[in-house]
Amino acid sequence: MIDTIQKRLLAEVADLHEVPEGAYNIRANGQMESRNTTANIDIVSKQDVSGIDIHIKPGTKNESVHIPVVLSQSGLKEMVYNDFYIGEDADVTIVAGCGIDNCGTQDSEHDGIHRFYLGKNAKVKYVEKHYGSGGGTGKRILNPGTEVYMEEDSFMEMEMVQIKGVDSTARTTTAKLEAGAKLVVRERLMTHEDQQAVSSYEVFLNGKDASADIVSRSVARDTSYQKFDSRIIGNVSCSGHTECDAIIMDDARILAIPQLEANDVDAALIHEAAIGKIAGEQIVKLMTLGLTETEAEEQIINGFLK
Amino acid sequence: MLELRNISFEVSEEANQKEIVRDISLTVENHKFTVITGPNGSGKSTLAKLIAGIEKPTSGRIYLDGVDITEKSITERAQMGIGYAFQQPVRFKGLEVVDLLRIASGRQLSVADACAYLSEVGLCARDYIRREVNASLSGGELKRIEIATILARGSRLSVFDEPEAGIDLWSFQNLIQVFERMRKRNQDGSILVISHQERILNIADEIIVVADGRVAQRGTREEILPGLLGTSAAVSKCTGNELFLRQ
Repeated sequence: MIDTIQKRLLAEVADLHEVPEGAYNIRANGQMESRNTTANIDIVSKQDVSGIDIHIKPGTKNESVHIPVVLSQSGLKEMVYNDFYIGEDADVTIVAGCGIDNCGTQDSEHDGIHRFYLGKNAKVKYVEKHYGSGGGTGKRILNPGTEVYMEEDSFMEMEMVQIKGVDSTARTTTAKLEAGAKLVVRERLMTHEDQQAVSSYEVFLNGKDASADIVSRSVARDTSYQKFDSRIIGNVSCSGHTECDAIIMDDARILAIPQLEANDVDAALIHEAAIGKIAGEQIVKLMTLGLTETEAEEQIINGFLK
Repeated sequence: MLELRNISFEVSEEANQKEIVRDISLTVENHKFTVITGPNGSGKSTLAKLIAGIEKPTSGRIYLDGVDITEKSITERAQMGIGYAFQQPVRFKGLEVVDLLRIASGRQLSVADACAYLSEVGLCARDYIRREVNASLSGGELKRIEIATILARGSRLSVFDEPEAGIDLWSFQNLIQVFERMRKRNQDGSILVISHQERILNIADEIIVVADGRVAQRGTREEILPGLLGTSAAVSKCTGNELFLRQ
């Protein structure tokens, strides 16, 4: 049974307060907690390694899959492989996410590899939230790896959010796009205390008119460290944009490395990167509206990460 | 009533001290529309910042309805009822117009109410309410949103630092109407505008002329305005002198 800590984690990472509708697979402390499949979406446990295969039939419309993972047992380390096969013309929402509550002294770690295979013209909205809590000295560690394979004219929007409580994260995302495919990534990240976050993207635009738009907004506080490494490789006539916009506070450090590689004269690639502290005049403006300095900072950060 | 008593403000410029405001004493009466005018560099905008608490005077005291607010922070003054519209409004990535209006009003403003403030400053509310207050907005749009935040705030004393700066001719007329409506509606509140625009001076109850960091003249519009016309303390929008005069 799901306990209250796990319930809270589920609410944080998947907005789940009750059993979700549609297909789902809930994993708690390394075990399958519950699962539901539908006529169009099948979920099967892998035999060789830990993890699941999710098969979405061609033409499936307006269905969702929730696959949250929660860890509340200190010292648990797991490596999970989840593969998504999304049929042609399907249009689905996939909500993943991992919440770790660590009250103990040992490190808890969840490493997940997600592979997405999008059929022609398939459309996916993917939401992945990470959250950590618990007052123990054990670290909360999350290392997600994501691979995306997009066939012609497929579309994927990825929303990646990690706002609180994860001590260490190394996120690696690679994508390969065929003709007319489009990938949109919106990453939001906040790090506190001595947290470390590394996020790397490598996107190959291999088919004509493929496009990618990768935008990261982040806030680094206290003595935390962030590294954003985004690389777009344009091998044909295509368009790519990558942007890293970061607010730096306190004694934090941020490294932004946007990279573009054009291997075709018609590859149109753009990168933007900006790191800066909160502008003093922004705080002053909100103070003239009656907020304290701390409240003003919070509003600015909340807006920035919205 | 706002009272400035012997206010001076100095800044360090290289090794020298430069006096921007020199021993100014003045009052802004309740229920009045007061305009502070004067040539560029006369210290007008600095006065507005001193009133809002953004700058602290080198010497002198400031009182709001008899309470000494000299040591009060920007936040405290805002909470005590001082509103301040920036000459150059600030941009925010991510914050939406509706968020800013909600913060200004200090309550869970409904979208309909927020829209009403935008309509008041001549913006089609539906198009703007969810816009981010970022670089995608023009200077004129930002300026009108800035004024809308002051309307939403509903302060006892609303200070506008050159509200006409950066807005076009059409919204200039609109701006005058905004002030007139504010005056009618908020009988208890007072309005203090920093401006050297003749059309704003034209609707003033009181005019204070500042020159070289001091009060040069003060009195009712009837007393002061005729003597200002044709000087840089009262420029007409259409003369083209505007740009020349602005620093």
